[in-house]
Amino acid sequence: MFFIEKEIQMAAYLFASILFILSLGGLSSQESAKRGVLFGIVGMIVAIIATVLGEGVSGQVYIIIAIAIASVIGLMLARKVEMTAMPQLVAILHSFVGLAAVLVGFGSYLDPHAHTLTGAAHTIHLVEVFVGIFIGAITFTGSIIAWGKLDGKVPSKPWSFKGLQTMNLVLLIVCTILGVLYCKADGTSGMLYLGIMTAIASFIGVVLVMAIGGGDMPVVVSMLNSYSGWAAAAAGFMLGNDLLIVTGALVGSSGAILSMHMCHAMNRSFFSVIFASGAGNGSGGEKKAIEGEVTSLNHEEVATLLKEAKSVVIVPGYGMAVAKAQYPIFDMVQTLRKAGKNVRFAIHPVAGRLPGHMNVLLAEANVPYDIVLEMDEINDDMPNTDVVMVIGANDVVNPSAQDDPASSIYGMPVIEAWKAEKVIIMKRSMSAGYSGEDNPLFYKPNSEMLYGDAKDSVEKIMGFLKA
Amino acid sequence: MKVGIPSEIFPNELRVAATPKTVKRLQKQGFEVYIQHNAGIKANFSDKEFEEAGAKIIDTAAEIYGKSDVVLKVKEPSIEEVDLMKEGLVLLSYLWPAQNQLLLQKLADKKVNAIAMDAIPRISRAQKMDVLSSMANIAGYRAVIEGSYHFGRFLNGQITAAGKVEPAKVLVIGAGVAGLASLGAANSLGAIVRAFDTRKEVAEQIQSMGGEFLTVEIEEDGATSSGYSKEMSPAFIEAEMKLFLEQAKEVDIVITTAQIPGRPAPKLWLDYHVAAMKPGSVIVDLAAATGGNCVETRNGEIYVTPNGVTIVGKLNQLPSQASQLYGNNLCHLLDDMGKAEKWKIDMEDAVVSRAMVTYNGKINWPPAPLPVSPTAGGAKKVVAPTAEEIKQSDAEKSKKAATTTVMSLAVVGVLLLLVGASAPPEFIQHFTVFVLAVFVGWQLITNVAHSLHTPLMAVTNAISGIIVVGGLLQTKNDLSNPMTILAGIAILVASINIVGGFVVTHRMLKMFKK
Repeated sequence: MFFIEKEIQMAAYLFASILFILSLGGLSSQESAKRGVLFGIVGMIVAIIATVLGEGVSGQVYIIIAIAIASVIGLMLARKVEMTAMPQLVAILHSFVGLAAVLVGFGSYLDPHAHTLTGAAHTIHLVEVFVGIFIGAITFTGSIIAWGKLDGKVPSKPWSFKGLQTMNLVLLIVCTILGVLYCKADGTSGMLYLGIMTAIASFIGVVLVMAIGGGDMPVVVSMLNSYSGWAAAAAGFMLGNDLLIVTGALVGSSGAILSMHMCHAMNRSFFSVIFASGAGNGSGGEKKAIEGEVTSLNHEEVATLLKEAKSVVIVPGYGMAVAKAQYPIFDMVQTLRKAGKNVRFAIHPVAGRLPGHMNVLLAEANVPYDIVLEMDEINDDMPNTDVVMVIGANDVVNPSAQDDPASSIYGMPVIEAWKAEKVIIMKRSMSAGYSGEDNPLFYKPNSEMLYGDAKDSVEKIMGFLKA
Repeated sequence: MKVGIPSEIFPNELRVAATPKTVKRLQKQGFEVYIQHNAGIKANFSDKEFEEAGAKIIDTAAEIYGKSDVVLKVKEPSIEEVDLMKEGLVLLSYLWPAQNQLLLQKLADKKVNAIAMDAIPRISRAQKMDVLSSMANIAGYRAVIEGSYHFGRFLNGQITAAGKVEPAKVLVIGAGVAGLASLGAANSLGAIVRAFDTRKEVAEQIQSMGGEFLTVEIEEDGATSSGYSKEMSPAFIEAEMKLFLEQAKEVDIVITTAQIPGRPAPKLWLDYHVAAMKPGSVIVDLAAATGGNCVETRNGEIYVTPNGVTIVGKLNQLPSQASQLYGNNLCHLLDDMGKAEKWKIDMEDAVVSRAMVTYNGKINWPPAPLPVSPTAGGAKKVVAPTAEEIKQSDAEKSKKAATTTVMSLAVVGVLLLLVGASAPPEFIQHFTVFVLAVFVGWQLITNVAHSLHTPLMAVTNAISGIIVVGGLLQTKNDLSNPMTILAGIAILVASINIVGGFVVTHRMLKMFKK
């Protein structure tokens, strides 16, 4: 078999690391994003080839078979997935990385070569294996639960009980004790401890994500993304492989900062999202009583309102994603824009179930991104807007965030839809949003409800607009 | 706190800085309102209306300037008026600071804190206080009404029993606020509307108001970071003049709105353009006060050229409407400054610090440039503490931050020493690489656009599939070895992740387009 020199392999790894850095950097703007993906792909190919050709690798046949099967599965998954199901796909892919990290950890423990190490080096290696498997297992089960919640297979309500934190703490201590025992065990006899710890870590992963409400899922997905990076870095330490370390650290820290960005957008502290049981930085006290009456319109009346309006702002939310209403919405927007109206989209940073979820969906429907504005860009224009259409969004337009300190979302920046002349809220029913908060916006005198499936409703409105 | 509104003494100034409606609003903000006798008379607001709204009528301007904490004015004050002002007074008025250096000095000497309403920066957050926009809006509307009055024909096309009427053609030069308002008004009256602007970015706005965007075939964009347009190259101007000449032969009403702050208006409609126009057509020059865009404009006059073209160089200000909008602009600014209760002159605020042309006896003009950008709009909205307080708390904060930084660095240093003492050199090497990579990752992601978060996550996810390398290193050429089985599965799932992640990112990015 042909092998490349160790030095050449290192150089290839360095090259791959640079490509990964450029790849992440490229993703920071629309123009360079596609190039970024290309860099990532090339980096990955370089890394894999350099590793396979490296010294001490055998069983190339199995490697090729495994990669071939995986590529087919990966391609099918990625091609088939609906854009609306993107969050689920990303979550389940995270779980794969976690699983791989666990397996690599066990493999490394079984590797007879590793046990020739002595003294501190041996202990450090064992700790690396232990930590790697721990993080990997949490990532694995946590991602599966996140996937289930996003896909509606697991109830999205936060599931939690008193003493959850204490239990997690106890489990963590148990794991540490197991870790000490395992480090002292000879040869591979620590397998039992390692197995128990893996089971506990998997359990922690489940409970951790179960306790977080569906509304906070974007943060969780991004956090799991970060975990999967740390798991890879841990694997790099145990195998003494710098490429794994660099790449894992890159993914880990970028995922962490992304999660923090999003927490910031929701005005929540990172820890309150990860550890608190679902909703809740409300400072307690009496909830403001909601005054007013809910009034509703029919499709024809909404169409008339739109015909008379000069400036229209559309606030999409998860409801639009569920109903796949982005196409008919853009049809409607084009019709309105042709009639000389100023129509724009207002996107809340945490609308949807993934950061940037709405942007992706609107892009799918070919909405030009210069009419898609962020919350901060559009809020000042709200008082000059004739009609705001809230399509399947709820918490992101909830005025309680500004005026009701008892509300769990108090302090979260929101789109100030209520300042417009008229607000039309398209919704399936009067139920609360993901935060579980009632929305006083629905009761304001200038807001009107339009019940029904978003796609269906928009199509009906289009009918009247064209008539 | 007391807010005073003096009468405007300039003879052609018909507006007043408050209306009965805004007086009510000022009181809601917690101010006591004093207004000079007959201040609103030229704008059709009587003392009785003001009194009913809750204002107190004061006889002399001296009393207003001497007793109020805040004075609202329209036209910049005369030197005599400044003499009446008390020290520490906050004045909100048009000031044209670039042209009125003497006046600024005088205000500074009197320690008047003067806010020039015409110097409010043109950022989204300040739109509600932008008097130039609100007044331009009125001028644009009025230009069409005035132009149509002198034109003597219908603006819209009609087919009647008495015959067919062609719709009038209106050309608007300069699609700023005034230009766009003209477009809208002319369009709603049924005219065929066209507009010219050197800034390509306004094409869409023109179309949104129902106008046709005229352009020359030269690639040059007149947009600048200040929101006004820059001067163009000679080749561009030549092409522009040619375009205007063609239009001059066709159009019935020309409305020119091009202005450069602090400078005479550019000459865009030359003598041969006027000569080419049909008798009976009309030019409304909104830049007449600063010299006019048309060479034959006479400021303050309506003039008919020998070939029968009417050039309108004066416009009625719609004083009642203008006062209402101007008054609202002022109220919005007072809102932002904390109303009466939490009144603060916040020199850290992007809007106040730029419009406050004299402060504590010093001239604060010209202000630091502020590029027009949507992000600037989100800046501080909350009423911030005074400059000194900020300085103090900043100093404390930075002190605290410095101590925490030193402390945590010390802790990190000790920890690293411990690691270094006990761990083998190989580990330290890996650890170095790890820590540096963490910092690189941190820096890379800080500036990612919101809309790219999902693709970014998909790509980092794909890249985290690098764990496959771990599996690759562990594969043995022996299927009975449990390591090979474990490694094989690891390679399988990690590769699914890599391929799936990259393909899905590519799919997403393909959809983003402008």
